[in-house]
Amino acid sequence: MKARVIVTLKSAVLDPQGKAIEGALRSLGVSGVQSVRQGKVFDVELAGNDRTSAEGALKEACDRLLANTVIETYKVEFAE
Amino acid sequence: MKSAVILFPGSNREHDAARALKLVAGSNVNIVWHGESELPKHTDLVVLPGGFSYGDYLRCGAIAARANIMGAVRAHAEKGGLVLGICNGFQILCEAGLLPGVLVRNAKLRFVCREVFLRVERADTAFTRAYRKNELLRIPIAHGEGNYTADETTIKQLEAEGRVAFRYARADGQIDQADGPNGAINGIAGIYSEKLNVLGMMPHPENNIEAQIGRTDGRGLFESLAAALKAAA
Repeated sequence: MKARVIVTLKSAVLDPQGKAIEGALRSLGVSGVQSVRQGKVFDVELAGNDRTSAEGALKEACDRLLANTVIETYKVEFAE
Repeated sequence: MKSAVILFPGSNREHDAARALKLVAGSNVNIVWHGESELPKHTDLVVLPGGFSYGDYLRCGAIAARANIMGAVRAHAEKGGLVLGICNGFQILCEAGLLPGVLVRNAKLRFVCREVFLRVERADTAFTRAYRKNELLRIPIAHGEGNYTADETTIKQLEAEGRVAFRYARADGQIDQADGPNGAINGIAGIYSEKLNVLGMMPHPENNIEAQIGRTDGRGLFESLAAALKAAA
């Protein structure tokens, strides 16, 4: 089973890297970009096909390592 | 006095820390590999040194915070044992949950390597008793992610409980967050745990201990530790 974990900064946390990227897009002349926030993506392969246990394992992975919940939130998407 | 300096892949200040502990505090020093599960017997002080453990992969200090030895470091801290995290060591302590909050990218995105002024917020802890309250120190920093932040409740609690150890200051001793080197909230350069036995700080006191190669403002921290452990013995 394949899943994708997306970790992003909480909205209240400043993202200087996102701001710098936003500025670079503006200087490239890419129009219509209002703001950019940077995040991380983890593609995870899981053994077996049990969705519930996979969700449990990924929640543990996120809470214990993949995200720092002081500043970040995460969401999990399963490949169809 | 017996110290353990923990070595992770990518640590690079372990010898500076060990040298300061020997030279200034007269400590016996063991360098302990992160894969160990026990600290050497009768360890008084654990030091997590500076560097770039695991190449700062994932987040600074995140992988090191989950290393095998950290269980023993946590147990040492819970018993009231002294723990000092410098630079990457501070990031590791935050990631391990031994200190609250987190260190994020410097506000202006630059790696900053220079000497700064630090104000000693209290001089009654095991780490600072050789200094005076409000004393200004000149200590180097060298980091790209030293911008301390935490939620509002945590910051209020740290301030109310007197758990800010050092703040970045101007030469006149005033604190100006916007003027600080990395954007850290309230100019926070170092914080204590609830029981004041764990200290995390971004600046490098171990680098200012010998007059021959600069200033000696960092000696007080190691003198404090030696005095505190002698008094407790």
